[in-house]
Amino acid sequence: MISRKRYATPFIVWIIAGTLIPLLSIAYYGFTARDGGFTFANITAMFQHDHMQALGLSLLLAFISTLVCLILAFPMAMILKDSKYGKQGFMIFVFILPMWMNFLLRTMAWQVLLERQGVINTLITMVGLPRQELMNTPGAIVLGMVYDFLPFMILPIYNTVSKIDNHLIEAAYDLGASRKKVYTSVILPLSVPGIVSGITMVFIPALTTFVISNMLGGGKINLIGNIIEQEFTVNSNWYLGSGLSLVMMLFIIVSMLFLRKFDKTGGESLI
Amino acid sequence: MKRLGKIYILIIMLFLYLPILTLMVLSFNEAKSMAVFTRFSLHWYAELFQSKLMLGAIVNTFSIAILAALIATIVGTMAVLGIDAMKPRTENVLLAANNIPMLNADIVTGIALMLFFLMIGVPRGYCTILFSHATFCIPYVILSVRPRLNKNTDKLYEAALDLGASEKYAFRKIVLPELWPGISSGFLLSFTMSVDDFIITYFTRGAGINTISTLIYSEVKIGIRPSLFALSTIIFVVALVTLIIVNYKQNKADKMAA
Repeated sequence: MISRKRYATPFIVWIIAGTLIPLLSIAYYGFTARDGGFTFANITAMFQHDHMQALGLSLLLAFISTLVCLILAFPMAMILKDSKYGKQGFMIFVFILPMWMNFLLRTMAWQVLLERQGVINTLITMVGLPRQELMNTPGAIVLGMVYDFLPFMILPIYNTVSKIDNHLIEAAYDLGASRKKVYTSVILPLSVPGIVSGITMVFIPALTTFVISNMLGGGKINLIGNIIEQEFTVNSNWYLGSGLSLVMMLFIIVSMLFLRKFDKTGGESLI
Repeated sequence: MKRLGKIYILIIMLFLYLPILTLMVLSFNEAKSMAVFTRFSLHWYAELFQSKLMLGAIVNTFSIAILAALIATIVGTMAVLGIDAMKPRTENVLLAANNIPMLNADIVTGIALMLFFLMIGVPRGYCTILFSHATFCIPYVILSVRPRLNKNTDKLYEAALDLGASEKYAFRKIVLPELWPGISSGFLLSFTMSVDDFIITYFTRGAGINTISTLIYSEVKIGIRPSLFALSTIIFVVALVTLIIVNYKQNKADKMAA
């Protein structure tokens, strides 16, 4: 036997020290008051007006950007599936390349484009239209999210769609199905695993981001990620920050369970 | 229909690449303007490379990435061999725990590690970043190495031992070659994830230490300088060249296999 149980020891120690104890410490701080006593106050603090507003906006913007990514990515994946093999490799390359560029720089690119003195406004004024306030709007944040996360939607959907047997589609047409029927009854059900992992890979980072909202929202628009980040870095109130993180984790877990219901394969195509 | 598809691809490509292209053009702009191109100049590149902060951040980023990927690869590969020897139930529990850092939001992982370091009283700096990066890289190594381990490997290994090979020799000649594709892709995946990470580094770094990502973030907060455009251009070109080389090698390997 090459396998020996003790080989896993460093890994087990690492999981305990690097993952389990840190997560438990969030739970500990989340239920602890500043004076050290037990409390629910850090959890219920989510109901405060500012926090509710931030959470609501995060859910809304994450939902919109996920939807936009899905609408843009699905046709792209289908076009890729139908294109010639040699071209496919090139196209996938095209979608992977931006992922290799630091996402802060990619977000900064939109700052440069949307700024008051930026590229788009300069073009607008050149044709004689008034300057627009494009930055620091929820729209700018959605744009940044879609831009940063679109490849993460395209690739998993493409991975599942490309494995669909073309004979199935031809058979459906031969049996008299309309184009619409082929999509709704054959292609869409078979691409569910890819869609589910695409949604997971876009929705969760979008829901929890604080970077995109900070850079394109100019610090004026607070998402739940911003509130939590500020509790840790500016206010140094780890208790409140942990409590709010626990509530946010609840939303992540619920959305994952919800998505898993659709995906019977259990997320095999996640990577 | 074909035309429509081509137009659609073009639109998506423009959406993905025009912003990057804008940064690349502006990086050669003499003026600081974010919109008007005055004259060709390389002085933002000069500024970038004269910045001690940036050079330090580059060294940190790559040394952390190499070390974290190395640690993760060793721990992860050993874990695959160890887990394989366990009862299916223990195996499932460990693999589920292994999934946590991958499924968790980065901000939660970052905060959790930060609290952990504060609780045990470790000052945050280079080592805490390294530990955190290895933590989120290990799961990816396990996921890429595990599928390479199969019943056949075990039998060949036993056969080698029966024929008088030492354990070390059999491991080097049988097991390692079998696992190698998984090990190397796990290493590369870890390396790129580490270089790319911002959120976890942000929470686990100390005050005096920067990686490329955290330095970009603090500079963008003060105000965008075109030297960051120069940095974008360099990163883009490096990524492009690396991917082309990887693709070329893969194509060649595929052709050899065929």
